Parts: sequence; C-alpha cells; structure tokens
Amino acid sequence: MKITVNGRQMEIAEGMDLHRLVYSGKANPERVILVLNDGVVKSDQWPLTVLTEGDRIEMVSFVGGG
Amino acid sequence: MEDKLLIAGREFTSRFFLGTGKFGNKEAMKQAIVTSGSQLVTVALRRIDLEDTEENILSFIPENTTIMVNTSGARNADEAVRIARIAREAGYGDWIKIEVINDSRYLLPDNQETVKATKILSADGFTVLPYMNPDLYVAKALVEAGAAAVMPLGSLIGSNQGLRMRALIEVLIEEINEVPIVVDAGIGRPSHAAEAMEIGADAVLANTAVADAEDPPLMAAAFARGVEAGRLAYLARMGKERAVARASSPLTGFLYDE
Amino acid sequence: MNKGLSGIDLAHLTIDDIRRIFSYDDRELLEEMAHAARELTRRQFGRAISLYAPLYIANYCQNECVYCGFHASSKTMPRSKLTMEEIDRECSALAATGVRSCLILTGESRFHSSPQYIRDACIIAGRYFPYVAVEVYPLEEHEYRELYLAGVDGVTLYQETYDRARYDELHLAGPKKVYDYRVEAPDRIARSGMRHISMGVLLGLTDWRQDILALFQHVRHLERKYPGVEFGLAFPRLRRVVDDEHNYIEVSDKEMLKIICAARLFFPRAGISMSTRELPTFRDRIIEFGVTKISAGSSTRVGGYVERSEYDDGQFQVFDPRSFDEVKAMLIEKGFDPVVTDWRNIVNN
Repeated sequence: MKITVNGRQMEIAEGMDLHRLVYSGKANPERVILVLNDGVVKSDQWPLTVLTEGDRIEMVSFVGGG
Repeated sequence: MEDKLLIAGREFTSRFFLGTGKFGNKEAMKQAIVTSGSQLVTVALRRIDLEDTEENILSFIPENTTIMVNTSGARNADEAVRIARIAREAGYGDWIKIEVINDSRYLLPDNQETVKATKILSADGFTVLPYMNPDLYVAKALVEAGAAAVMPLGSLIGSNQGLRMRALIEVLIEEINEVPIVVDAGIGRPSHAAEAMEIGADAVLANTAVADAEDPPLMAAAFARGVEAGRLAYLARMGKERAVARASSPLTGFLYDE
Repeated sequence: MNKGLSGIDLAHLTIDDIRRIFSYDDRELLEEMAHAARELTRRQFGRAISLYAPLYIANYCQNECVYCGFHASSKTMPRSKLTMEEIDRECSALAATGVRSCLILTGESRFHSSPQYIRDACIIAGRYFPYVAVEVYPLEEHEYRELYLAGVDGVTLYQETYDRARYDELHLAGPKKVYDYRVEAPDRIARSGMRHISMGVLLGLTDWRQDILALFQHVRHLERKYPGVEFGLAFPRLRRVVDDEHNYIEVSDKEMLKIICAARLFFPRAGISMSTRELPTFRDRIIEFGVTKISAGSSTRVGGYVERSEYDDGQFQVFDPRSFDEVKAMLIEKGFDPVVTDWRNIVNN
C-alpha cells in the first residue's frame, strides 16, 4: 500500500506499524521524530500505530544548526 | 552582586550562546560547549532518511543546557510555525529561535514573516527568540507580539564581518528595554563579541567562527572570555564615546565661578 | 597588474568587473582570485564536498545537437530505455555503492521518456536516495510541479550556449532547436516550487567569455526574481564526439580555473558542481577553488550499475573512472569532508 514519507511515495506492506518502519533502516531510532498526518507520535506508541493507505509521514531529527 | 541574564524566567550566568551547525566533529562541538561554559545552544530540525547513520546530536549536548530549536529552512511564517510545533510535540522544550529566510544569496531574515510567526507561537505558549534584521519598529512589533528577546544580526550569516549593523543595534539597545537583546550572526571573532557586549547587548550568539576554527573548543573559550570582557567593561561604565572631544577643564566653568 | 584591471574589488565584483577580468590574461590577478575564491569557499562551505551519481534511464532523443553522443541520427549509439523494474534494480545497485544523491537523466523524447515516465522513475529513486534531482528536457510548469510533489529536490538544465546564432547552428532539428523555451525554463522550474536549480553552459561551443558572462547575468537575474531558490552552477567542457566536424573553442585548464574562481566570487553561496568529464588530476586540484559537488563512480550509458562495464561511456566519455569509495578516500586524503547526504528541509507542500 502507498504512503508518503518525507514527501516521497513509498510502498509498504499492509499492517506495517511505525516501530517496524523505523527499525527497518540503519538510522538510530533514538534520534527519530515521527510526524504522522501532522501529529507527532511518541516512540512508545510506535508499535501500536498501524499505517493505512495514504498516510503522510515526516521523519525528522535534530541536526546541527546556528 | 551576580550579573545574571534573565530570559523568560530562566537565569543564565553565561552570556555566550553557541550554534551547533557546521561542526565536522560532534565531540569537538561538545567540548566547545563545555570549555565556553555556554548554557544555551541552537539546533535545527531536518528530514532524515532511514539509512542515515549520523549520531544523535542531542547526546553530545551537556545536560542542563537550554536547547533552542531554530526554524531554519522555513521560508515563511507557516513553515516556521510547523517546525516549532513538531519540536515541541516531540518533547524538546518550547524555546524557539525563529529564523525565516527566503533569500539564498544573502540569507537575510524576512522581518514581516518573523513578526507573524512570533505572534502565533507566542500566543501558543512558546518562548520565542526571533532572529531579525535590525529595525527598531520591527523590534517593537516583536516585543508586542510576545518575543522573549530579540536577536538582531550583526552582519550577514557566515560573513564573519562583526558588527556591520552596529549603529542600528545601538538604537535597539537604547530603545528596547522590555526584553534582552542577543546579537546573532556575523560574529567572526571574540573581539566582535566583546564589542557587542561593550555597547550594551545582553548576550551574543556565534556559530560559524567557532565551528570553522582549527581548534573549536579553544575558540569557544576565547569567545566566552570576549563576551565576559565586553560585559565587564559595560558594567564598569566605560566612558562613552562623545561626538565632540571634551577638554578636562569645562568650557562653561566660568559661568559657575563664585 | 594590468592597468585595465585597476579598481577591481574581489569582495564586491560587478558584472563589469567580470567582463574586464575575462579580457585580460593576468597572472597576478588569477593568483589573487584563486586565494580569494579558496578562502571564501572554505568560509561558506567548510571543507564539505557533496557527492552524487548520474543515472541515465533512457537515451532516446529527437534532437540533432551536433556535439552530443545521443543525437537522433547517430548510427552508432544503441538506444535503450529502462523499465520501472530495471530502474529499481539500477537504483538498488547504485545505492549499494554508497551513493545517496542521484541525478536522473534522459534524452529528449516526450514519446519514449514522457514526463510521467520520468516522474515514476523519480518515485522509485526516491526510495533509495535521500536526494533526487533530474536533468531532462525542458518541461511545462505543471510538469515540474508534478515532479516537485513527487519528491524531486532539484532540476539541472544547461542552456548550452546563450549565443542565439550559434545555438541555432548547433541544434539542427528537434524541440531543442527552440532557444526561448529552454532559456525560459528556469522561470518555470522556480515557479513550480523547486528549491534547487542548477544551470550552466557547455564550454567550447562559443567564446567562453561571452557565454559565462551571459550565464552569470541570467543567474543573477533569477536570484533577484526568485530569492528563495538556490541556484547552482556547472561548467562542463565539451568533449568532441566521433562524427562531429564542427569548430569548437577549447577552454584551457587555466581558463577553467579563472571561470570557477569568478563564479565563486560572484556567487558566494552557490553550489558549483563538476562531473566526470574532467580528468582526475585536474578535478582533484581545482576543487578547493570553488567546487562543492562532484559526481563519482559514474556511468553515462543507460543504467550501467547493475552490470558495470569497463567502458562506461554513454552520453560522454567518463574521464574519471574511480569508484565512489575511491573518490571519497581521495577527498578525505586531501583534507576534504565528503558529504554523502545533504539534509532536506521540512517543507509544506
């Protein structure tokens, strides 16, 4: 099913939850902030948040800045 | 009597704020915060990709340091507000440096959009420190809009040119008394930082000059001392520059001769 | 220094200064420019050099550009076009080499490489690369917008030459023959929402002094018109293709250095990129004077990453055959900081 991550279309399996999504990559989950359809989802809620078709995710993190 | 800086009810004993951008090495960044004694640092928020193996920058920032998230990347008030809300919702406090720049050549802030964003975020309970192009009336509008401090640019971001905007910053220092004034951007040397403090700024923020140095922790320490020196000079009420030189015997003394 | 160059302030160059700088071959001035450009580059960008790789997804082309290997009537260029599955495999192979920034290219053929095809390819690329840009034929504003909404970060489009007569002479047939549609494309790209536009000229087509001046004026004008857009520059040097008998004006290494220094000084914050058209010996030496983005481990034929061939020549001959890791190692060895991914801003679409 299709979702949008950081403005990009992505194809993911039905029933995928945020926890599995974040842990599917190499990024350190501790630094990941997930925004699902304009609301931040805290990491303890990730395993309980199942994605649906058309969901929009922003995956952001703090980086150096002036 | 300790000379503390008060912003939005929070006390700072260091008047040197450090930006965390452009540090090639996060450990060096951490050391720079430690050696300078800085108690407030800025960070930015960016999209990352699942395969990004960068370390968590927050783990390199000493505990009890105030983390101020900047809205860099925002080109208008809406984008700035969105970034601020994400930062707060994610649990990283509500100190926000509003940075709205729609200018790739000079990186000058958009004062209008900055005022807009300040109004919205301040009403929403954020502690807002807007970065601005020094203009007295915009500064007044920012104070009115609820800013906890104003941050006029010293000179163009990254230019290391010091206080090109000195005259206008002096006007702000003279006329804006409700909130602290933090000089930000263009501070290339500790002497620039000292100068800003000598003329009465409440704090200085530097980033590029420290990050670019051969030895960032040492440079950060130098900046902290520059800020201190300037502040002490200001407190000691150094003789103000006069437009006309005054001889030590007053000209008008004869009027008062008994 | 030549008297004609008096009064030039390298920290505040005007277009007129650039014109004068280009008119004299002054050794002392070039040395000063090199110093100033290097210092400015370090201050603006630190030692960071961004890395990217090109991925040609199709090379069908309707144009007759006399200088290009893809030209329509070529009897030697094998034509191909990748399917979405093949694009997926190529992206996967390319990403495995460490590349995180990809430039998608096609020839000019609305029939074979439609805007939809390009967009679909970019969506796939977006799954593998944090940064995706395209270098394709000029599109309509709404077509650029579709790409932007699909997650494309930037567009590269070179005018080739600003000399209308020469442009007409070198582009014999095909949609590209229309000069205005191409020169007006950056406006459409900017209005579509794209935040990165890379522009340039093909050095050698005409007198580089005229073309670089025109390019600088064009970009300066666009900077003022669209202040929120980041403009990048590139100065590809023409490499003659087999059956091309035209006269070209070769640009020397010294002239290249001058162009790069002038560009850096005139556009302090602009990214300047350099491809594998250039020899490693030259590219490695010139980077510090203003280059901030280089390609590495490139294949310029269609695909070419799943099955690497020894001669990965396609649109142009790759003169720097080093792998992505080798280029990264070279940069580190020279004291640079190879940046594989530039973070993307959080934007409201």
